[in-house]
Amino acid sequence: MNLETLDAALRPALFEYLLCLGDDALILGHRLSEWCGHGPYLEEDIALANLALDCLGHAEALLTLAGEVEGKGRTADDLAFLRDAYDFRNVQLVELPRGDFAFTITRQFLFATYACLLYEALQQSAFEPLAGIAAKALKEMRYHLRHSSEWMRCLGDGTEESHRRAQTALDELWMYTGELFEVDDTLRTLIEARIAPDMAALQPKWREQVEAVLREATLTVPEDPPYMATGGRRGHHTEHLGHLLAEMQFLQRAYPGAQW
Amino acid sequence: MTPAEILEALTEVRDPEIPVLNIVEMGLVRDVRLEGETVHVDITPTYTGCPAMRTIEAAIVETLRARGFQQVVVHKVFREPWTTDWMTDEAREKLRAYGIAPPPPRADEAPDLIPLPFTVAQSGPAVPCPFCGSEQTRQTSAFGATACKALFFCEACRQPFEYFKAI
Repeated sequence: MNLETLDAALRPALFEYLLCLGDDALILGHRLSEWCGHGPYLEEDIALANLALDCLGHAEALLTLAGEVEGKGRTADDLAFLRDAYDFRNVQLVELPRGDFAFTITRQFLFATYACLLYEALQQSAFEPLAGIAAKALKEMRYHLRHSSEWMRCLGDGTEESHRRAQTALDELWMYTGELFEVDDTLRTLIEARIAPDMAALQPKWREQVEAVLREATLTVPEDPPYMATGGRRGHHTEHLGHLLAEMQFLQRAYPGAQW
Repeated sequence: MTPAEILEALTEVRDPEIPVLNIVEMGLVRDVRLEGETVHVDITPTYTGCPAMRTIEAAIVETLRARGFQQVVVHKVFREPWTTDWMTDEAREKLRAYGIAPPPPRADEAPDLIPLPFTVAQSGPAVPCPFCGSEQTRQTSAFGATACKALFFCEACRQPFEYFKAI
């Protein structure tokens, strides 16, 4: 199905879902872009900037589609720059501050493993425009996965300091990974319509792939905490998102409609 | 003008980052349709975040307006996703002459899209130096100044060069 043949009853759920995917990419892309000019060395500075650019490309494609599904004329820019924090639907994992290099790379690795599985499954989406974006995004996400996986090995199986920083990052980030696989009513509706994949079913695969790389990196897989962070998909975010949006949205808010 | 003639006209639109290449030989133009007075051009992005796409869209409109079309609509499509396999052999040769190592044919186990598990060492066939032809080259960065390229160094002639990644 496409925009013309989409069942009207599915539109609200699909709009929400596209915001989830688009916001994940937008916020992650923003965090990666913060490294521009601050990378540990030139080639890695360029690498992180390229990863950020890919994420922003995915965000633009997904948020543009979201606006079309919503049908109120909102563009990707409107959605990115004019919504407040409680209207954002990204997981909390991506809004956390960039931390040190180990933190950024570990977060990228955990997210990219998930995103590759997600986009791979989404290629079969019954909603054709989303399947098209997923096929494209998957190719790019695989570069992210390769890059971050190689870094996990370098850091984990590196010096005492790199190993310690990587393990600390992993231990801090683990409680934010559960949210990636939540299935709520919105998602259930879309799973039944074969538009979205069953995220809960992807979690064991994610776990297997992550653990394989961590083993090679001589890092310890953290224990599942008693509480996994949750709420991002419902607009409940950490204190970090507000500050991020203040910076990201400042120009459009201060000079509405500015173009260059 | 027929769609085939419009396609020919579009060979005037060059990649802003790699001006030796035009968008037709890069495989960016997926379809050209005439609906009454309106020309519809379907293009597919090389990379989703490629900032050159906007320049290319504007150039398409300008080029076709100069040929007398008042109504030009450019559609960005994702199906099928762009692959370097759609680049013509002439385009690859132009890249090499320009000093950028061209992408190899994207086989089922494309060297740049390594399935899990990964290996740290660089895998896949050697990338020949576009300047001296030597295969004694190594990758210095998987990412370059633009999303589509990686950075390499030639041990033989001691020059760095860019490599257009297979995707």
